[in-house]
Amino acid sequence: MVIILVKRIIPCLDVKDGKVVKGVNFEKLKDVGDPVSLGVMYNDQDADELVFLDITATNDKRQTVVDLVKRIAEQVFIPFTIGGGLQTIDDIKAVLRSGADKVSLNTAAVQNPRLVRHAAQKFGSQCIVIAIDVKYNGYSWEVYTHSGTKNTGLDALEWAKQVVELGAGELLVTSIDRDGTKSGFDIELYKAIGSVVNVPIIASGGAGSLKSILEILSVESVDAALAASIFHYSEYSVADIKRYLQDEGVDMRK
Amino acid sequence: MIGIIDYDAGNIRNLQNSLNKLKLKNKVVSNFNQFSEVDKLILPGVGAFGAMMNYLKQVEMVKPIQEWIADSKPFLGICLGYQALFENSEEAEGIQGLNVLSGSVRRFTLGKVPQIGWNTTQRVKPSEVFSNEFYYFVHSYYPDPDEQEIIAVTTNYYIDFASGIEINNIVATQFHPERSGEKGLAFLKRWS
Repeated sequence: MVIILVKRIIPCLDVKDGKVVKGVNFEKLKDVGDPVSLGVMYNDQDADELVFLDITATNDKRQTVVDLVKRIAEQVFIPFTIGGGLQTIDDIKAVLRSGADKVSLNTAAVQNPRLVRHAAQKFGSQCIVIAIDVKYNGYSWEVYTHSGTKNTGLDALEWAKQVVELGAGELLVTSIDRDGTKSGFDIELYKAIGSVVNVPIIASGGAGSLKSILEILSVESVDAALAASIFHYSEYSVADIKRYLQDEGVDMRK
Repeated sequence: MIGIIDYDAGNIRNLQNSLNKLKLKNKVVSNFNQFSEVDKLILPGVGAFGAMMNYLKQVEMVKPIQEWIADSKPFLGICLGYQALFENSEEAEGIQGLNVLSGSVRRFTLGKVPQIGWNTTQRVKPSEVFSNEFYYFVHSYYPDPDEQEIIAVTTNYYIDFASGIEINNIVATQFHPERSGEKGLAFLKRWS
């Protein structure tokens, strides 16, 4: 049988001042904090894409990010997305021209929705990922910005529809409630978002067991699973996850 | 020496890095006078059909590219660079493509758009460059060639579409070999 578009496993690395935070503890690596070394390692392990989130606190960090992107692009030949503090067209342009395939916008998109439309028109929707962090309030999901600290009062489903209309090519949806807990993904959240938009959706927040990843990727509208903690703290590698999923009938890229 | 056409919107850095990794000599070509400095040409593609064609017209590269191809010199079109070879695209009504191949470029009507991710190519004719493999795709439009014989591989995304063509000196791919890991690098090596 011909294999068609497969679901993706996407490791996520938090980078601060050019170093990976909570880096994976691999003895083989000379520098467990180097984003490029880790990127290459995940690349070699058949990760389908990578996401680098810059959590450096300073405002004037564009050059650091640009330098990092250039170094990553010299060694990593799978698609990677850069996110974290991108606010202007110039920020986006600098990152894309340095070699990143996509940029992820979160707070900036909420503060300035026209940025989404402008960026999509200038660079193409396929380069623009809108990251949406949400918390469940008992009856709906609300959008949070500023690294999950500020409740915008926006409804997640309405916001998702709006950003797609503005030109977002892909959504990276994170459940703040599940993030870092390894207790499984919020399945209902993704079913809901999948029912209102028609762009690829990356699920994030809650990857803990192999079964949790199987569960989320079995949701029809979910196209990829993003994970961080599961690689950082447990013994699972990307290869382990893909082997398990393949055995369970979910085709993976080999 | 491989020339990479830079039309200002495309991300050519990844392609340069890929060729460098393969130790294949390459240079960026931003005006048609530089065509004489290279013996193979790559037209990469990120962005939009209309913007790209307008830029190529503006810098007077349309005829030189058509002549390059007519002279049977090696040419590789990637993604938008593949779509540009055709007559027109649903993405940009009224704008002509390079018109080197007959057919149009169409938008996906089924499934999520764009198609983003890894999909497989299936060979439909013998080829030394193409193989059955996973490659990275990110596109909302796909070429629909009139002549079936030029199709080297197809890919299924709700429909079977021509994901790669090969005819004489022209090779073109809808997927991004420069973003497809080891297999993508191997493809570029075989083409070179």
